[in-house]
Amino acid sequence: MKSLEELRKIKERALERRKLSGEGARARIVVAMGTCGIAAGARDTMSAILGELEKQDIANVIVTQTGCIGLCEYEPIVQIQVGDSETVTYGNISTDRVPTLIETHIVDGEPVEAWKVRK
Amino acid sequence: MTVFRDLSQHILDIVENSITAGATLVYLDIVEDPAANQMVIAVRDNGRGMAPEMLIQVADPWVTTRTTRKVGLGIPFLKQTAEMCGGNFKVESKPRHGALIQATFALDHIDRPPLGDLIGTLLCIVVGNSQLDLVYDHRVGEQAFTFRTREIRDILGADVPLSDPDVLGFIRNALAEGLSSIESRAGVDVKAGH
Repeated sequence: MKSLEELRKIKERALERRKLSGEGARARIVVAMGTCGIAAGARDTMSAILGELEKQDIANVIVTQTGCIGLCEYEPIVQIQVGDSETVTYGNISTDRVPTLIETHIVDGEPVEAWKVRK
Repeated sequence: MTVFRDLSQHILDIVENSITAGATLVYLDIVEDPAANQMVIAVRDNGRGMAPEMLIQVADPWVTTRTTRKVGLGIPFLKQTAEMCGGNFKVESKPRHGALIQATFALDHIDRPPLGDLIGTLLCIVVGNSQLDLVYDHRVGEQAFTFRTREIRDILGADVPLSDPDVLGFIRNALAEGLSSIESRAGVDVKAGH
């Protein structure tokens, strides 16, 4: 295990940053990780999302997983909620769509209409 | 009938089953034993477990506990992959006593899928299930690496999410260093799965 001392410093930095931004989680991202999702590439999609947050140094975004949500034909499925706004469900989010999705919806706060799932 | 490209995807799928079964603690053991030409992947959890009648049927592709779709597919795929690769598969479980899923493979079998993106997969499991305690133990020959999420979560507390960019970097580095240490000391390429 890498030095836990380093992790304590990371925690202090994260708490400091959070205090400066004066907010809790600014967005929530949920990736559907049922068997159907994984088969469609959801692992790589989530991995790309985490990679993007790390690379672009985007803090205060909570990323979680859920199981199959019954929309298997649209997998990989990603749901995004920015602040208190409505949760948007996106379909067919392959890794190549991830940078645009993060940039547009998380950073700029504008949903990507073309990739929404029409239920 | 291969839906998953690599064994990491099977691992993720099995752990997702554990979480669906209410598990708060999951042990993931990966053993690569070149001397015995064997790979073992075992997932043990403290979820709600399965009744004997469910246990008998669990490797049947038409059985599922899910309600959103009528067919369950994950476990039979792992069983099939193991049996196709000179290995075997077992499930042990009792109601309220968790479950153990174990698959073995002939390490050098030509059809054995690679482990694939193990670090990315573990990141998904750890970050995506922030309430889960994962104990990941990976052995290659005589070399071993253990990674526990509990000590990380204990330090971070409730206010810093695991998806914090610096925390992501920390976990990724810890896993990469651990894996490369068992790989280099054992003289095999763990990440490529060979």
